[in-house]
Amino acid sequence: MAEVVEQIRNVCALGALQSVVAIPRAIPIIHAGPGCGQKLWSGLSNGNGFQGASYVGGHTVPCTNATEKEVVFGGEGKLRETIANTLKVMDGDLYVVLTGCTSDIVGDDVGEVVRSFKANGAPIVFAETGGFKGDNYFGHELLWQAIIDQFLEPTQVEQGLVNVWTVLPYQDPYWAGTLQAIGSLLRSIGLTPNLIYGPGEGVASIRRIPAAQFNLLLSPWVGLKTVKRLEEKFSTPFLHYPVLPIGATETGSFLRAVGAYAGVPATTVETTIQREEERYYYYIERSADLLFETRFLPGHFVIIADSFYALGLTRFLINDLGLIPEVQFVTEKVPEEYLPLVEAEFARFDAALVSPVHYGADGRTVRTELEKRTFRERPLILGSSWDRVIARELKGYPLSVAMPVSDRLILSRTFVGYEGALRLTEDIYSVILSSFQ
Amino acid sequence: MPINLDISEAPIREARLGAITGYAGTLKDLVARTRCGSTISNCERSFSQTSSCSSGCAQTLLANIVDAAIVNHAPVGCAGDTVYHNIANHYGRFYRQQDNRNIQLINTNMEESDTVFGGTEKLRAGILEAWRRFRPKAIFVTTSCASGIIGDDIKGVISELKDEVPIPVIPVSCEGFRSKVWASGFDAAFHAVLTGIVKPPRQRQPSLVNMINFRGSARAYITRLFGRIGLEPRFIIPFATVEELETISEAAVTATVCTTLGSYMGTALEEQYGIPYVKTIPPHGFAGIEAWLRGIGAAVGKEVEVEQLIAEERAATQAELDEIRGRLKGTRAVVGMGPSYAQSYLGVLDELGIKVLHAASWHYDQHYDYGDQPPAILRAAAREQDITFSVGDQQLFEITNTLSRLKPDLYFSRHPGSSVWAAKLGITAVPVIDEYTAFGHRGLVNFGWRIIDALTNRNFVNKLAERVRLPYSDWWYGQDSYTFLEQEAV
Repeated sequence: MAEVVEQIRNVCALGALQSVVAIPRAIPIIHAGPGCGQKLWSGLSNGNGFQGASYVGGHTVPCTNATEKEVVFGGEGKLRETIANTLKVMDGDLYVVLTGCTSDIVGDDVGEVVRSFKANGAPIVFAETGGFKGDNYFGHELLWQAIIDQFLEPTQVEQGLVNVWTVLPYQDPYWAGTLQAIGSLLRSIGLTPNLIYGPGEGVASIRRIPAAQFNLLLSPWVGLKTVKRLEEKFSTPFLHYPVLPIGATETGSFLRAVGAYAGVPATTVETTIQREEERYYYYIERSADLLFETRFLPGHFVIIADSFYALGLTRFLINDLGLIPEVQFVTEKVPEEYLPLVEAEFARFDAALVSPVHYGADGRTVRTELEKRTFRERPLILGSSWDRVIARELKGYPLSVAMPVSDRLILSRTFVGYEGALRLTEDIYSVILSSFQ
Repeated sequence: MPINLDISEAPIREARLGAITGYAGTLKDLVARTRCGSTISNCERSFSQTSSCSSGCAQTLLANIVDAAIVNHAPVGCAGDTVYHNIANHYGRFYRQQDNRNIQLINTNMEESDTVFGGTEKLRAGILEAWRRFRPKAIFVTTSCASGIIGDDIKGVISELKDEVPIPVIPVSCEGFRSKVWASGFDAAFHAVLTGIVKPPRQRQPSLVNMINFRGSARAYITRLFGRIGLEPRFIIPFATVEELETISEAAVTATVCTTLGSYMGTALEEQYGIPYVKTIPPHGFAGIEAWLRGIGAAVGKEVEVEQLIAEERAATQAELDEIRGRLKGTRAVVGMGPSYAQSYLGVLDELGIKVLHAASWHYDQHYDYGDQPPAILRAAAREQDITFSVGDQQLFEITNTLSRLKPDLYFSRHPGSSVWAAKLGITAVPVIDEYTAFGHRGLVNFGWRIIDALTNRNFVNKLAERVRLPYSDWWYGQDSYTFLEQEAV
């Protein structure tokens, strides 16, 4: 039995609706109760970096607003009517039907309804994402299984084209900037990234997915199902690089790994890395004065985030900033089969440093574990806005990096790559310096 | 029909108040056809956009009771709104100088197996954990579509835990699918407080006013106004303690800033404990605050003091209002708000000299719990000129169509996720987020200046509108706004 949750750090499977919103001109249609869309948008977007509604989000999302009638007599008729009129009213290139608890419990045959529109030429797919089936990490993968199986067509392979599977849009409030930055890194070694989400080509980029030379999965485990399904269906190979590259060390090793896999000449990769590192260290050198000439330094660090961020941030803070880990918390439900993979990555840090890791979505674990510890210096606590309370009690330095981030407006900010690591360094030391002035 | 506190849940607004979420016509037509016992039926839509549900409204009130906890018996997504409730919690605590902490809420994280075998074990664990972790003075158990459809016996679990959890544990029936009117969730929360927390009065507190509101930003202003007539406000229910809620039965009078919010609680306190509920128009603008203060004064025998207070407040602000009216003269607006505010703001905007072209109300209660039609709509309908009026559960496609047709100078909206769409159309949007916007004489003047500021620099909306596109087809802009609203059954 899954544990009860205090202080939510993710939502339910229907949260996949926000992954649809992240694709320009893709229109979600939700077959669910009246409050689902509002709650999920509020938690993932509005209260998480104030990311906004975008083209078709928030209260513009078509929804059946299921009532007692649909629960008792079934909601297929209501869904059919809603889809038919959505196609008239909403201007989009792909329509994605997602179901909620009401439909999945009463057992509406959503597939049958959706197929009838598809048969008439509508660009439409569906996924059954009832909230009780799992979290939004799980729902996101269901969404992609649906798009792959119901929408994608084989096409000619383009050398150098790389599908980028990495961020979980909106759950990660920094997703948009992060994706753009990863795209720039790939371009810097001569590859063509297909980014799918955020500003760009929208649904056209989805149609190009089968044309990729390979799929790049840049995440500890989310997306593995997606790239495997693409391999089965289109024989597209994939490279799995589990760590979000932040800072010179990890970004260099990321570029080398991708370059080698893609067949980019080593000299191209090395020239790029050298150029970027020179620029990066120009700034890092200047930060050294603050780090070594002042008293304003954090003690050990704590990270409370999903495995994607917990791992990426820990790598950077240990391998590049030279900080000491106290304890890390991985907040999403990592499926059993992927746990060894995540654990192995948490054991690979420079200087043979090891950091205890706790797994689980219940915010109380954070308090219980942190209260047990002695912090000799004021700790650096990278977590969500929930964690600012315990951070204050421990006289720590809080920086909000994980859902929910309700104390920052986030537009294009990212911590990824070279430039992102500089932003993160600025953010961390600005929190420290502004804590007493 | 009187409010029944012997049953375990408040009937939804559709059943209790004849509430509707679908109507298109005019203000005078709606009022005439819902007068004196006559009712109209709701019009359904064959296309709709995601709305809001009772659970969100119940939790937004209960999550900020200072020393209570919530167990949300639901899949984790149903707690999505708690992120925002926590923002409200921090904001409210910061300005009240209360200690810094998060809301006390546990979600039972219902999963597939719970929908098959029942979720009562999870609920039991949730209640026990809430008791262990927070040591609250009361626990509210909010329900969800999932727990409601599978039929978990909430009351059974609560009663089994009676000895282990020695505080009131109160079910709050707020399944999203039960009502199309999200305000039904307010009533669910009030019903829980009335049946599980409020105690019979030990003694009357003749100066105490129950002030039903949301976030309570105007505390200092109200405390000063009430102080002048020998009264003392108690703001409920967010940021009140359980102990304060226990004794609301001892107050001299109940007032509210929002008649949609206050109907159930105010009426129940009047019927159950004889506490007069002020049934005037809401206290927005000059006419609103004056009627409201007179209502309070009449309830406690302070008529003379109230008249003096009104005269002073008016004298202090009238000249400024005249100047504002001069500057706003000729501006045209559309209003989209919950019913109490949509109705009340017709009066407010009149006072500011702004002409309202159309009003949309997120739902409409044909009568309140005490039996009368909402007073603010009667007042608005008594004006000479009629306006078009629509009812919809924040159906933005209708609003967008209407706005693009009418092209007003201003859009006034209340409820998150509405104003921005007008801004994207290049219309100056003034969100009325704070319930005390335009409260009283001074609030009206402040609101007036805020509108003048918004109209003075339109650069942001103008440039935004040039560059963004809304998600609607060209076809839709050519249709009638209410194409998908079914015709009324005659």
